[in-house]
Amino acid sequence: MPDDRFFPHVSLLPQVVHAGFPSPGDDYAEPSLNLHDLVVPHPNSTYFIKVSGDSMNGACIRAGDIVVVDRALTAAHNKIVVARVRERLLLKRVQVRQRKVFLHSDPPEFPALELGQQDEIWGVVTYCVHRVR
Amino acid sequence: MLVDAAQFYVSCERVFQAALHARPTIVLSNNDGCIVALSKEAGKLGLARGQPLFQCQQIIRAHHVQVYSSNYPLYQEMSARVRRVLAEFSPRLEAYSIDESWLELTDLAIDDLTEFGRTVKARVYQDTGIPVRVAIAPTKCLTKIACELLKGDERYHDVVDVTRLTAEQMNTMLEQVAIEDVWGIGPNSARLLRNYGITTARDVCDADERWLRKYLTVVGARIQMELKGTSCLPLEVKRPPKQQIICAKSFGREITSQAELEEAVSCYVVRAAEKLREQDSLAGRLTVFLRTNPFDTSAPQYANEFVIDLAYPTAFTPELLKHARAALQAMYRIGYRYKKAGVVLSRITPLPVVQPDLFGEVSLVDHYREMRLMAVVDAINRIFGRETLVFAVQGWTRSWRMRQERLSPRWLSRWEEILTI
Repeated sequence: MPDDRFFPHVSLLPQVVHAGFPSPGDDYAEPSLNLHDLVVPHPNSTYFIKVSGDSMNGACIRAGDIVVVDRALTAAHNKIVVARVRERLLLKRVQVRQRKVFLHSDPPEFPALELGQQDEIWGVVTYCVHRVR
Repeated sequence: MLVDAAQFYVSCERVFQAALHARPTIVLSNNDGCIVALSKEAGKLGLARGQPLFQCQQIIRAHHVQVYSSNYPLYQEMSARVRRVLAEFSPRLEAYSIDESWLELTDLAIDDLTEFGRTVKARVYQDTGIPVRVAIAPTKCLTKIACELLKGDERYHDVVDVTRLTAEQMNTMLEQVAIEDVWGIGPNSARLLRNYGITTARDVCDADERWLRKYLTVVGARIQMELKGTSCLPLEVKRPPKQQIICAKSFGREITSQAELEEAVSCYVVRAAEKLREQDSLAGRLTVFLRTNPFDTSAPQYANEFVIDLAYPTAFTPELLKHARAALQAMYRIGYRYKKAGVVLSRITPLPVVQPDLFGEVSLVDHYREMRLMAVVDAINRIFGRETLVFAVQGWTRSWRMRQERLSPRWLSRWEEILTI
């Protein structure tokens, strides 16, 4: 008795069976594009975070957007990051000056914060999902 | 190599909540009953694992201890992430528990194991935000013991390679581990060994092999070999199917009505049957049990269990539900306040050994139809989320469900609950 009679493969969308000629494209079929593959190259280290404030408007990240944050990447000058500063997670742009790491908002209306000993860069922002209205 | 995520549940909460860093934090068991995980800071306040919540209220208030219900969807996903990162370091991995994994390094060309351990620790933290301890040793038993060493001695910075310890350091390490804490030695064996003056892991090493074999059978002899550095407990890379599936939980509040009890038991049956099918098995026996709250000494007490031997092994949920209902009908007594119920599936056989019977009472055709139906239900629930399809007997409100008043959001599994900053 073949095993698939016990726990058969279940496909939820009925496959269309053509009664006429087989499609000449059959042998060339490829899976269709999946946005996740593009935006999340490292699924183990990627987190989605919703943005609440306007402090990163200059980087085109607006309130209500969802940013894709990859912890596996290393932050560098000018990157946008999520940082843990004192007791909060913040979305900021990194600036390195005189071997010190500063966190800026964009536009830089708020005073820059220096990354302290206890603080850490939580992850690097790689994409922003923005609903166009 | 054993990778152990210390205070894992607390670490999961901390990844998403910056305010919890360095603050005493505890995570509670099902129904918010007692402490199941706690941060170092909470430990220093005198809190301990297993302590009932009501006993710690004073400390919690005085020190602003952060209290959370167990957010299992979150912990499960974080655990899977940690494991996938680890799997990149070795093809042979045993997922031992939600927060512990063994990796086999035997055939890998690694020059400096301590350095390798540090790399693993750093990568896991970088990618997931979860701090781990790494213990490298020739045997599973020794990795467990080395992990205890890491807990007690901060100089190792959470990474140790046992093969690099001197004989003296090794002996000190083994002496520090009480017999009860040796992996593989149960409480009864520990008591027995204590009576013979064997009180530490070191004593097990020094014991006479024949004596150990006589009193603790081959199991004891194996543990001794492992402690001496000869591996005899290989990695279980593929879990053998379970011989017993249990689904039992205490309720958020006490239940008195038979209807609600039936809802709860049905929910447990549905989940147990799902697990049964996940491992491609059938069950030949169903046990249903229930009990009142034994801690409430003023209330009348009642506990019972009902065993049903099924004529034909099955994994068909409606069939199991029917029997569970009959069992409940037989056991239910009016006037008691029930606190817990559960179901156990046992006499488990692998699926493809269904025997057609001589008298035609079980039809193979029906059996296949049932299994196909269940496969469709499972597929829909897998794709569209848990409990997309439910059996009506499972009920809709389920107000008896476990109490979780301090649950953090499901940051990784629900769009409407993702982290906002």
